[in-house]
Amino acid sequence: MLTMNNQSNYIRKELSSLLLKDFNEDKLARTIDRIPIDLNPRDKSSYRCCTFKDRAMTRYRIMALLGFSIEQDDDEYKPLKEYLGEALVREKIEHPPLTVISVACSSCPRVTYRVTDSCRGCLARPCETNCPFGAISIKNGRAEIDKDKCRNCGKCRELCPFNAIIYTPVPCEDACPVNAVKRDDSGNMFIDYDNCISCGRCVRSCPFGAVMERSQLIDVSARIKEKKPITAMLAPSIIGQFPGSTAQLVAALKQLGFTAVVDVAAGADETSALEAVEFAERIEQGEAMMATSCCPAWVDAAEKHISGMKIFLSDTGTPLFYTSQAAETLFPGSLKVFIGPCTAKRSEAIRDNSADYVLSFEELGAMLIAAGIDVNDCEETDFNGGDGSFRARAFAASGGVADAVIARFDEETRSICNPLKVDGLTKKNINLLKAAAAGKLKYNLIEVMSCEGGCICGPGVIGNPKVVKKKLENSMSA
Amino acid sequence: MEKISIEICTGTTCYVMGASDLLTLEEHLRPPLSSSVKISGSTCLGICRDKRFKPPFVRVAGKLIAQASVRKVLKAVEAEYSGGSYAYDE
Repeated sequence: MLTMNNQSNYIRKELSSLLLKDFNEDKLARTIDRIPIDLNPRDKSSYRCCTFKDRAMTRYRIMALLGFSIEQDDDEYKPLKEYLGEALVREKIEHPPLTVISVACSSCPRVTYRVTDSCRGCLARPCETNCPFGAISIKNGRAEIDKDKCRNCGKCRELCPFNAIIYTPVPCEDACPVNAVKRDDSGNMFIDYDNCISCGRCVRSCPFGAVMERSQLIDVSARIKEKKPITAMLAPSIIGQFPGSTAQLVAALKQLGFTAVVDVAAGADETSALEAVEFAERIEQGEAMMATSCCPAWVDAAEKHISGMKIFLSDTGTPLFYTSQAAETLFPGSLKVFIGPCTAKRSEAIRDNSADYVLSFEELGAMLIAAGIDVNDCEETDFNGGDGSFRARAFAASGGVADAVIARFDEETRSICNPLKVDGLTKKNINLLKAAAAGKLKYNLIEVMSCEGGCICGPGVIGNPKVVKKKLENSMSA
Repeated sequence: MEKISIEICTGTTCYVMGASDLLTLEEHLRPPLSSSVKISGSTCLGICRDKRFKPPFVRVAGKLIAQASVRKVLKAVEAEYSGGSYAYDE
């Protein structure tokens, strides 16, 4: 996976804040078709083959930032201004949450194992001897891999005493844990949305920025401009995502135009309380185990890819679900926006009808930049409707959900609880979970976080996860 | 020897555009550099309003690094320490 700070992310953030700035100043309809040219002037060195391709890429990025699906909506004759017009009047957010800019896809070569010049054609030839598929032979004094026979097992690389065999991954395919990344006839990647769990790994791993989220920034900004009542629901992983305190960020959100700001950690308290009761009931009824259900990418994976797991998923709602209910009671009829680090929440919000819109922390960052709001300058302000407990804040890091549930158990339940905390929905961990579903493991409480490290390491974060983890631990011990 | 000052802007614009990474700077400093610098966070330096430069911003010994990264700052600090030169943005 790419580090969080890279050129591709930078360009996306820069472009989002630029679009919003012009939108706020009521001039975006005039400027939007100029932005690809202004950002990529002829005298600037280009990222791709030429300036003109860079401009085309900027255009596609703008389309995704306006919430369009490039696969479905691309019309090369249509000016961006028209797309903007359509975005401003649309009422509902649609599936799927991701889009692929196939023009950006570099069709990374499938040949993943290669023999380099360091091969000395040695006498021992462990590569040739041990290749399970007979794909290696020695030609002209050097090992050669037969592409048709190679199955990418990697044994040759492990065994070569000269490290002469290298592995070049196809980053998106490698990152996708459920084989939803596929290729069309021309070698460009596409997402098989029936298999996709919206975990966001492909978005983060593509070095060409070819996969993007379909942003809802313009929808939220437009509703704010229309002065609609609009409630921000802030995920517990907010800690460390912005400078200043969370209480200052609440004020910053109100300054942006949100009419209320509620704490999703309060909903997380309800989730852990109900999940603790549900666990005790399920075990008493003789069920083998229960799996937590607050990570939407995990729930999707369990339903689509792990046979037999669905019945073990807890029926308890997610923190967002309960927060959304509370927000509805407090502010009936207000629009609701979930703000968090998660791509899959975009699907969950549609599934549970728990939010009208979903923004990432990165997108909130772009809104603050565009509005010129510095969180450091804001007064500390309380959440509407109260805060969650410190245990609920720990939902944001791997292990935190199970810990919060276990903390609610009575002595007896705690003594029989045998938790498995799965940190990251990797291909390997999916196999582990398949074994659990098949009754091959002895655990009875399973927590799964799709992102390694938990929500604080989600695809939409701004804060360096190391810095954030430290901050979270400090706040827990305070 | 006077310590080399490293001022990291933690205004919202800089933070969002990547300054959060710079807060790990201390981990990347090895002796003798680690004891020769003074790292401080600063509120918005106001440079983000200048269109010539892109955030995040860091000042090393008072001189500006735009689009700062841990790698760039380390190079500048090494240059300051050893009396070499670094191509500052301003």
